[in-house]
Amino acid sequence: MTLTKKPETRPAPNSWGLSAGDSPWEYAPAPEATDHIRIEPEYGLFIGNQSVRSKPRKTFTVINPATEEPLARVAHASKADVNRAVAAAHEAHRSSWSKLPGRERAKYLYRIARIMQERSREFAVVESMNSGKPIKESRDVDVPLAAAHFFYYAGWADKLEYAFPNRDPRSLGVAAQVIPWNFPLLMLAWKIAPALAAGNTVVLKPASTTPLTAYLFADVVRQADLPPGVVNIITGPGEIGMELVTHPDVSKVAFTGSTAVGKMIARRLAGSGKKVTLELGGKAANIVFDDAPLDQAIEGIVNGIYFNQGEVCCAGSRLFVQESVYEPLIDKLKARLGTLRVGDPLDKNTDVGAINSAGQLAKVQELVDSGIAEGAEIFQPDCELPTRGFFFRPTLFTGVSQSHRIAQEEIFGPVLSVLTFRTPDEAIEKANNTPYGLSAGVWTEKGSRIFKMVNAMRAGVVWANTFNRFDPTSPFGGYKESGYGREGGIHGLGAYLDLSGNGSNGR
Amino acid sequence: MSPRTKTASRAKGASVLEQRAAQPLATTNGAGARGDRIGVRKTYKLYIGGAFPRTESGRSYEILGAKGELLANACRGTRKDIREAVRAARKAQPGWAAKTAFNRSQILYRIAELMEGRRDQFIAEVMVSEGVGRARATRVVDAAVDRWVWYAGWADKYPQSVGTVNPVAGSYFNFSIPEPTGVVGVIAPEASSLLGLVSRLAPVIVSGNAAVVLASESRPLPAVTLTEVLATSDVPGGVVNLITGLRRELTAHLAGHMDVNALDAFGASAESAAALEEAAVENMKRFVRPPTGGLERYDWLSAAAQSPYLIGEYVEIKTVWHPIGA
Repeated sequence: MTLTKKPETRPAPNSWGLSAGDSPWEYAPAPEATDHIRIEPEYGLFIGNQSVRSKPRKTFTVINPATEEPLARVAHASKADVNRAVAAAHEAHRSSWSKLPGRERAKYLYRIARIMQERSREFAVVESMNSGKPIKESRDVDVPLAAAHFFYYAGWADKLEYAFPNRDPRSLGVAAQVIPWNFPLLMLAWKIAPALAAGNTVVLKPASTTPLTAYLFADVVRQADLPPGVVNIITGPGEIGMELVTHPDVSKVAFTGSTAVGKMIARRLAGSGKKVTLELGGKAANIVFDDAPLDQAIEGIVNGIYFNQGEVCCAGSRLFVQESVYEPLIDKLKARLGTLRVGDPLDKNTDVGAINSAGQLAKVQELVDSGIAEGAEIFQPDCELPTRGFFFRPTLFTGVSQSHRIAQEEIFGPVLSVLTFRTPDEAIEKANNTPYGLSAGVWTEKGSRIFKMVNAMRAGVVWANTFNRFDPTSPFGGYKESGYGREGGIHGLGAYLDLSGNGSNGR
Repeated sequence: MSPRTKTASRAKGASVLEQRAAQPLATTNGAGARGDRIGVRKTYKLYIGGAFPRTESGRSYEILGAKGELLANACRGTRKDIREAVRAARKAQPGWAAKTAFNRSQILYRIAELMEGRRDQFIAEVMVSEGVGRARATRVVDAAVDRWVWYAGWADKYPQSVGTVNPVAGSYFNFSIPEPTGVVGVIAPEASSLLGLVSRLAPVIVSGNAAVVLASESRPLPAVTLTEVLATSDVPGGVVNLITGLRRELTAHLAGHMDVNALDAFGASAESAAALEEAAVENMKRFVRPPTGGLERYDWLSAAAQSPYLIGEYVEIKTVWHPIGA
């Protein structure tokens, strides 16, 4: 079968009635209200349950990526501030948190979960304003999942001996946690909830572009009356994160971000004896067999790569289509792209919001340019983009070969590379041909084939006939250069405990 | 003379190359010459892909017993030997992992059976290598045999203790299962030439990993004899590969090899561990550090020296989601 060249852009088949240009229905603006949101003009560091200025006093501006308007100024931590925050966490671990019975720690975590639920809309709106993600995602995915994480790990706090029988589980001490900008609040929850449940105290550094929900979370910590120093939040550039994770009084390091930075951290920590978990990049294969329910697969493909503007480490960025269904699938996919609503993240109908920063937008554009230069064929729906803000059209490349940069490098944007295969073994070979191993997707109606593919994928999460599902009970993390350790579930709990009492001596 | 004093008498960091035999070559395959019969000595070779090649370097180094007597010339393995071993391990690993857990269990048990059959040889080798008396060597060899039996039993059980079914808040069936990491480098402990090696190797291969082992530099002979057991125990060729040689020439290459998925540096010296850990970062190897209390004082006969959680160091947890629907 030959891969027919398609024109650059073209409308959806009329039978779909769905293309952006001549859609039979129009969407009126449906903006989420922001009048109940209070963003402070300036946020200090959160140390010992106090908002404190950085020493020396220095701030940087945080903007709304959808409007490029400033939202707030936040403290720029210094090395001295890192020391202060770690000292507060260290003292809190020594004097209060590690001595508190697990059942009492649990109640604090339950309180946090409840307060986050109570203030859920506030969190969702601030998250969308600061990150650029659509309100329907922050409202329906990020915030509920974040609260659920605290609720789930709360229940483990007084059951550690049952989670790790015969292992004498003990807290580690101070956990240094550095998180990315793509899921600011959810990553905070993935990090802080298991750390506190295990009896550790934390110093968390959110990404410098997305600190606002972390500082909102600081207010939740205050409302929940956590002992001072149990949760500390500092903001600043990557160097401050490196100061934090290498601090001698830190016993546990958890990082989510790029593989390049993860390796830098791992090298710096070699020989330190700190326990480390790293959740790094990905280049997931999403494999569609010819017996897959195509319409469901289309939704899964779209959710896989355009969810959160594709700024997802486990995004299904490499689509492998069995050749016999290539043409109908690509036709449907292009038509579906035409129906995606790109624009104001606070509009409840928006599917694809703003890219998080100008720098990230430039990186996406650079990789897309490389795809064109290397000979892949680009398709973008003919949708209007807002004139301000960092927006990028949902993009699809066909005629991609394994050696193209867009098939190898993590783009972290709404860009899908489509490749083809003939046999299951060829799909396996191509899908695993990457240094990454975070996630994979498989679409087929044949049960035995699902399990063959599930077994063959060198990836930590495999979604079969679905994609991009997350749950506090479900371990998440990568094979190979996508990092090590798991977050979520009982496996994510173990990453925050000293379990060296019986044999194990790994990281 | 105890093995400890023998080891300590060498300058720190000094190579075994600097030792010189105090006595003429003796065989470890028994008493050597009996009456007027000349003993048949064994050539100690590498073990790669199920075969026993000599090192590609064509070089050897002298292995001395605890009393300073020359025991044998061992292969002085090289970076290229490591590459060959990794290639053999990578080729063998999928087939080993694809065997049923029941089958792997029986094969590990078979290793114990065949070690038991060579019990006297292992005891003699441990005695001369480690400089311990017969009673101590017997305890050590028996523990090594029993350790294979113990891990054999875990092959079809550990997935049930580390795997989970996850009650997600949605209409999905969700479970997490362990899978072998792939190719694992093992730096065998320097002093405990047999029990230390078995204690680190068994939890690596029981789940379906393939291993590239650097044997004890100064006491490699029991390890080589173990490979002769492995070769006849239905362990597929390439699942375990063993290189003898000088650590300073080998460990960094194993730690930096881009097709090795994990490194067990439990047996590495404390001084070398940080550099090995750093080298392992290049392809994000899973890395197991030396014991915090130091390897010198580590008790290989203790209960903690065998643990199902050690198996967990060399597996990946894979989580699978599928919708539930009509």
